[in-house]
Parts: sequence; C-alpha cells; structure tokens
Amino acid sequence: MAGDRRDGRIVIVGASLAGLRAAEALREEGFTGSLTVVGDEPYPPYDRPPLSKQVLLGHVAADTTGLPMRRDPDADWRLGVRATGLDPVDKRVVLAEGESLPYDRLLVATGTRARPWPNPREAALDGVFTLRTRDDAAGLAERLAAGPQRVLVIGGGFTGSEIASACRERGLEVTVTERGPAPLVGALGGTLSKLAAAMHRNNGVDLRCGVTVTALRGDGNGRLTGADLSDGSRVEADVCVAALGAVRNVEWLAEAGLAAGPRGLACDAGCRAFDMYGIVTDDVFVAGDVSRFPHPLFEYQLLSLEHWGNAVAQAEVAAHNMVSAGPLRRPHLALPTFWSTQFGLNIKAVGVPTLSDHVVIAQGSLEERRVVMVYGYRGRVTAAVTVDMAKSLPYYQHLIETAAPFPPVPGAADRPIAAEIPVPSDVPDPKGLSHGPTVALTGHLPDRRLTVVQPTS
Amino acid sequence: MRIVVDLTRCQGYAQCVFLAPEVFQLHGEEGLLYSSAVPDDQLERVRQAAAACPVQAILLGEEVSARGR
Repeated sequence: MAGDRRDGRIVIVGASLAGLRAAEALREEGFTGSLTVVGDEPYPPYDRPPLSKQVLLGHVAADTTGLPMRRDPDADWRLGVRATGLDPVDKRVVLAEGESLPYDRLLVATGTRARPWPNPREAALDGVFTLRTRDDAAGLAERLAAGPQRVLVIGGGFTGSEIASACRERGLEVTVTERGPAPLVGALGGTLSKLAAAMHRNNGVDLRCGVTVTALRGDGNGRLTGADLSDGSRVEADVCVAALGAVRNVEWLAEAGLAAGPRGLACDAGCRAFDMYGIVTDDVFVAGDVSRFPHPLFEYQLLSLEHWGNAVAQAEVAAHNMVSAGPLRRPHLALPTFWSTQFGLNIKAVGVPTLSDHVVIAQGSLEERRVVMVYGYRGRVTAAVTVDMAKSLPYYQHLIETAAPFPPVPGAADRPIAAEIPVPSDVPDPKGLSHGPTVALTGHLPDRRLTVVQPTS
Repeated sequence: MRIVVDLTRCQGYAQCVFLAPEVFQLHGEEGLLYSSAVPDDQLERVRQAAAACPVQAILLGEEVSARGR
C-alpha cells in the first residue's frame, strides 16, 4: 500500500490557482493514477488579481485571464459542478447532481467567496456588486464602462481600494466608506493607513471613515439610487460594490467531521487536514485560501491567508506530500507575501504585519511615497511592507526568516534607518473594520486581541 | 497562449515592458499590469520578455482546455 502512493485516485475540489498548480505538481511528482478536478465555476482556472485592476480599467476583458499551465496535468476537469458533501469514511466526494466521486486521497482547495451585502433584498438591487469571480468582474466592468454617476465602495481593504483606484482612473466619481479609521489599516496598521487615506483623497476619492452603510436604497424599478450612512448622511450612487472581505467555502464539509469553520479548514504544516477532534488525517489535504495552517515564525499560530503566492506554494507542498511517504514529506514554511497596485503605487508585503507591536521606517519616507516599513513584535522583525521599493523586500524577508532583532540594523539601506524611533504599529481589532482581514492569526496569545469571527454584520 | 506574472516575485525591473510594451505596462513607478491573453503576433516578444525577466516571474503556457463534461 505504502509503495503505490503514485497510483490510485486523487480528487481535487477547487479548480482555481491552487487546484491547477496542485494538479500539475502531482504529475511532476510522478503521480500516474487518475486525477479529477471539480470546480463550481464553469470556467477553466483563471487568474483573479487582474479582475480588480486590468479588467476594471477596461484594459482586458474578464474572460481573458485564464491561467497558463506549467504542464498538462492530464486531469478530468469537472467544471460547473459543485461539491456538496464529503464522506470521509467511504472516501467519496458528493456532487450537486447526487453523483459521488470515490478517492484515495483528496485535496480541498475550495478557496473563498465574496462576503455578500448582508441584506439580501438590498443586495439584489440592480447596480449592487461584489467582486471575486470572473462573472462579477465582467458585470462590474460593463457597468463602469457605461459611465455611472457615482460608485459607492463599501469597505476600504485591498479590494475596495483597488476598485476605487480603477474608478478614479476611469474618471468616475467614487465614495469609499470604511468603518475603521482609515483604508488598509487592518492589514498594514496605523502609519501606512494614513498614507493610504492621503492617496485616496489626493486622487479625488470621497473617503468616509468611521462610518457604516446602514441601508442601500432603490427606486421603484429595483435600481440602486444610493445609500444611507450611520452618520445620518446619504450618498447618491447608481453602482455599489460591497468589498467586505471573503468567506471560506467550507459549508460542503459541514458533515465531514473535519476541523472546518469560518476561518477555514485547519491542517498541519504538511497540509494534512485535521479532523474535528484535532487528529490529523492522512488522506485529506488542504491548500490555498481555504486552509488554516501553523507557521513556526509566527508562534505556531494557525494562519489564514488570502494570498496568490501562498496558494501556489502550498499547492506544491500538498501535492508532494500526497504522493510521498512519511519521512519524505515537506513542511509548508513559505513566508506570507502579497502585493497590491492602487493609485499608481505598488504595495508589497512579506511576513505578517498584524503580528506587530511597533513599526519603524527603514528606508524612504511617507512624504516621498517611497518607503520601507518594518514591523516588529516583542523585539523581533515579523513583517515588512514596501511602497514602490520592491527591490528592497528580499532583504527584509531574510530578516524575518532569521528572526532578526527589531528595530533592524541598517543593511539594505545605504544610510541609517530613516526614522530612528519605532512607533506603535497601531493594528486595530478586526471587529472594527468593514472588510475581513486578508491575513488572520487565529491562535491564542494572552496579550493579543483575538480575531473574532462574525458570520454576518 | 496565456501568461501569468508572479507579482510576488516581480521587483519592477520592467525588462518585459521594454520588450513587449503591448502586453506589459507599468502602472506608476513599479506596479505591473499585463494582458493575460497573448496575441499571436506578440508571442515572440513575450518569449523574450519571459527569458529576460531577472527574477523569472513570467509563465507562458496553454490555458486548460476542459475535456470531459
């Protein structure tokens, strides 16, 4: 049995970036058995980051972002088919039509979906969007091209900020509402969020922080006309995008007895899922946004990431471990990394900025709009964020990987640390934000606020 | 053919922007925007861009053509 891990039946549920890269990696690792990939969208794997950038700008159509294959994984693609259940004892994935797929090993890569506007009647108004899928982007891009009077973006996270940026670049009037004190504050902390707010305002965004949208209003024909805000004001808008973060696609695992919940499906560092008792399975693996995994550099807390690079790296490790026997398995230790392009700035991050108590500007300055911000926690470097200084990032990645002391000594910089004095990182409690966190530490540290999951708000 | 750029890896050297400006554009100082679908008349330029990328962030390949159902 142990010798034939390269044969048998593997089912991957999730036909996006992680599912595709895992399928390719399984063949690269020598898997010769049958491979089935199930995806609920009717499209082959496509790239999502361009949907909030190139597609909304009108540079490319939403149906052209298909992902290239590294190699043909020779898989049976079951697209437009939703997995609705899992029987881990009989080892079957149940599909929406009632059919079930037997497996020897399973990879869960079902990712996330956009958190919908909580009021279904208001969410159904013509002109109200979320942005996660190719179809979402096609619909929103079409509406933006038609020249709406004003776009209302609810939530000042990365997606909301990128949408606002694209709208302004198209010359459209935009209002952004954010329950927290500034855009991006949940991901990057107080100092950089002030830069983010300035970028919004300098580019003509009507930015309203510290407010929530209490109701969306429509006319008699079911068309959006505007929104009521918690400060008593009203915004007239004919397009609204709810950018409220993501919801993990775990509902289909509800009866499977696995450690699946609102923060994702928990797994070990080898991508093996835990069952509901915390016992590791050996035939159910997880990769991508739906996973929740321990990381030694971040106090072994379970991390939930919504990062492109993590989907790729974790899929490769999961595939390797699915076809490898115990001692040959690898841990998934890649550092979290992400990027965002908005208002002409390139923001990149490595590590976990929210695991921080202080920050220091290591290179550049906020005034120049070129800056390296280093984040520290209990005297060690835990993250770095660059704004238009991406070439410096690998140096700080090395500091994080080696648990270097914080504040860092000058190294990549050709002069002393730009601002000598660390200031509090000022990462707010995610409960106070409009959007969910894209990086969430979900373990327990006695001196830290815990991330509290609110199913609806 | 399709491309995807690993923007985690991209450091904004912009060699691709010089070699295939119809496919790759800078957005600001170092943000990269690109067209995933490569027209045939741009293929050779995109191949050169992929080869020239200092951090080897550009992947060129065929899209999945779904068989079966």
